[in-house]
Amino acid sequence: MIPWRRVAWPLAGLPVLALLAFGLTRDARRVDSPLPGRLAPDFVLETLDGDSVHLTALRGKVVLVNFWASWCLACVAEHDVLVAAQRRWGPEGFQVLGVVYQDTRPNARQWMTERGGDWPTLFDPGSRMAIEYGLFGVPESFLVDRAGRIAFKQIGPVSGDALARMVPPLLAGQTTSETVEHRSPGHVRSSPEFPTAGGERREP
Amino acid sequence: MTRFVGQLAILLALATSAAGALLAFAAARGARSLFPARRAAGALLALVALAVLAMEYALLRHDFSVQYVTQVGSLETPVFYTIISLWSALEGSILLWALILAVYTAALAQWQRRQPDAGVATGGGYTLGTLFVVNVFFLLLLAWPANPFGLVSPAPMNGPGPNPLLQNHPFMGVHPPLLYLGYVGLAVPFAFAMGALFSGQLGPAWPRAIRRWTLVPWGFLSLGIVAGAWWSYEVLGWGGYWAWDPVENASFMPWLTATAFLHSVMVAERREMLKTWTLSLVIATFLLTLLGTFLTRSGVIASVHAFTQSLIGPFFLAFFGVTLLVALGLLAARAETLRAPAQLDSPLARESAFLANNLLFVAFTFVVLLGTMYPLIAEAARGVKVSVGAPYFNRMNVPLALALVLLSGLGPALPWRRGSPRAVLAKLRWPAVGAVVVGIVCAAVGVRAFGAWITIVLAAMAVGLLVEETIGPARARARAHGEHPFAAVRGSVLANPRRYGGYIAHFGVLVAAVGIAVSASYRREREWTLRPGQSAVYGRYAIQLDSVWALEEPHRDAVIAGVHAFRDGQPLARLYPRLNYYRNSNQPIATPAVREGAEDLYLVLSAYAEDGSTATVKAIITPLVTWIWCGGIILAAGVVFALVPARVARR
Repeated sequence: MIPWRRVAWPLAGLPVLALLAFGLTRDARRVDSPLPGRLAPDFVLETLDGDSVHLTALRGKVVLVNFWASWCLACVAEHDVLVAAQRRWGPEGFQVLGVVYQDTRPNARQWMTERGGDWPTLFDPGSRMAIEYGLFGVPESFLVDRAGRIAFKQIGPVSGDALARMVPPLLAGQTTSETVEHRSPGHVRSSPEFPTAGGERREP
Repeated sequence: MTRFVGQLAILLALATSAAGALLAFAAARGARSLFPARRAAGALLALVALAVLAMEYALLRHDFSVQYVTQVGSLETPVFYTIISLWSALEGSILLWALILAVYTAALAQWQRRQPDAGVATGGGYTLGTLFVVNVFFLLLLAWPANPFGLVSPAPMNGPGPNPLLQNHPFMGVHPPLLYLGYVGLAVPFAFAMGALFSGQLGPAWPRAIRRWTLVPWGFLSLGIVAGAWWSYEVLGWGGYWAWDPVENASFMPWLTATAFLHSVMVAERREMLKTWTLSLVIATFLLTLLGTFLTRSGVIASVHAFTQSLIGPFFLAFFGVTLLVALGLLAARAETLRAPAQLDSPLARESAFLANNLLFVAFTFVVLLGTMYPLIAEAARGVKVSVGAPYFNRMNVPLALALVLLSGLGPALPWRRGSPRAVLAKLRWPAVGAVVVGIVCAAVGVRAFGAWITIVLAAMAVGLLVEETIGPARARARAHGEHPFAAVRGSVLANPRRYGGYIAHFGVLVAAVGIAVSASYRREREWTLRPGQSAVYGRYAIQLDSVWALEEPHRDAVIAGVHAFRDGQPLARLYPRLNYYRNSNQPIATPAVREGAEDLYLVLSAYAEDGSTATVKAIITPLVTWIWCGGIILAAGVVFALVPARVARR
């Protein structure tokens, strides 16, 4: 005879375990993003060399807006992916735009000299553009199609595979967009969603 | 080199704790000496301490080839915050966890050496062995999924620094260690419970040992929770101290069950009743610490405190599952032995009060657990994401909390076994009169919020009973020995530190309860945009903005408003609310300026004009917030008093 009373106690714990195991398969931080499919927020920003770049002026190209910082570890590996992408698709109308996030000009210049990369490096005073784009942290990238709409958003380092899947159709003029953002490990979550005051940043 | 030392120390500590577990269990089974296992406990502590020192060295040297340092370190972070960044991210906080666990393990081994009889009677090797197994789990985390000493190559030149909120206030150096001393220490009572169940030593020794070994972590946990509330009040700039966030709940649930345990264990000790229940509470407390950590560290539930998700989720789930099944299985297997020889004699008895207390605490725990887990349940059942907010928790828990305050004003009046209604009423007479007087006075001076009023009245009744319980025995003593009344109070209190320590802790909780009720009911706030030199009046208060200026510090920039505060026309304080801008965050962190008192004046700089011509300042006025912090300190004093052994106190 099975001693049901003894077996029943431990069995009572199983539903809890099942629920928790289910929880592990979810990503609590994955949220539907309103950005993909919308027009990319416009900006005019100054580059390291003092030129200015206007996003609207690049309409007709496929643009990858990439937020990074020299203190960001995951950006190191991502950088090589960007270099390869610019080299491969640049002639067909693909353009990387690097946006330096919470960092200094000398750090950014040293980084670009050491690691290479033939694209404009932009400065974002007061992180205004980062706020416009609803940045979570770095690295984070937004792929803009030829019509100026955000086709794809990547939180965390962007992979070569993802670009190989997304960029050629966009270059071919398609505007299909994925409606959720993608996340990869190695992303520095910079700003926890605490109730902070909405003060404006003053340029130091 | 540092990496190598740290890695090696962790691997050796892992091997040592595994060996310690085997040695301890072997000693328990073969009745061999526990000496080698005790040695292992000492070695374990030395090795984990070495790993922590290696990490601190790497942090202070800004050794960015160490994975954890690249995550939380930066050249600009001040030294103090660099040292405490040991616990500002996942891997480091697990390292701190392992250190505290090793300290408790070594302390338990020492205790078993000094008190061999009590050690054997409380499971001996099984107890120590269980604690070693818990060590094995946490060291396994450090060796594999949460390895802080991983290699980063090429090493970056600088790192992002700790999360801005964790380097915004020195209290960050106090709150996490206190909380961990409590949270981690609850593994020791669990080890005692498992030791008792494994060995079948279910006699009178274990309740006493577990009670003392629970009081220490419980005291730390209480202080840690209060310190966390105070930190959130001082740092987060919303004027509150508790938000029912999953991480707050994770620390609060074990506190609730541990508190229930501290009451039920007295019944187990005196009357040998409620033993299964009491052991279940100890086990539930430990399981809730694991569950809380799992929920908040694995990314299962989104929380403002949650760290990035990692492989530790599955590890925690596996450990939680094994612990749950083994503990419940053992309890079931020993159910017959644990059956109480006696039954409740009368509803009008101390035992019944403790039972009611336990039911309320467990209901409280269940409400908090349900609210914390509900998002997960809803997603599993309906596939939608929901969040459970403060209104649910407040509506469900406030009646339970009030019932507990009421009970604390009745329970101590009841004698063990069977009380006579007449004697109980005699004890309650003066406290009840006092409560009625307090209630009338409060209503007369304008306490109109019912929640605050009823809390004050019930707390007054409970405090009255504590006074009665102190004066009553002293009066009898004074009559018997002809002592001076003060000497008699002193004598009777010192003769029973355990009881009066408990009363002091009760008093602390009551003080905090009044603080919570009044501050929640009478909080008010207002916001103005002021030009320098301009002032604004708010009730009895006036504030005048002097100037707004920017300040550059190595690790952050800040905008500061200098404000003169007045009360009733008299200068009160000069306050400097500020907005801090950290490099690794695009949101400013508002740091409030607080003038503490019977009524706190809490100023937040919420916005400013870029040219410094105006600043928007919010004032939050909250009465009796300080009572909450004082209550926590009084409670801790009660724990200390209860732990002072009676003979030392008599001396």
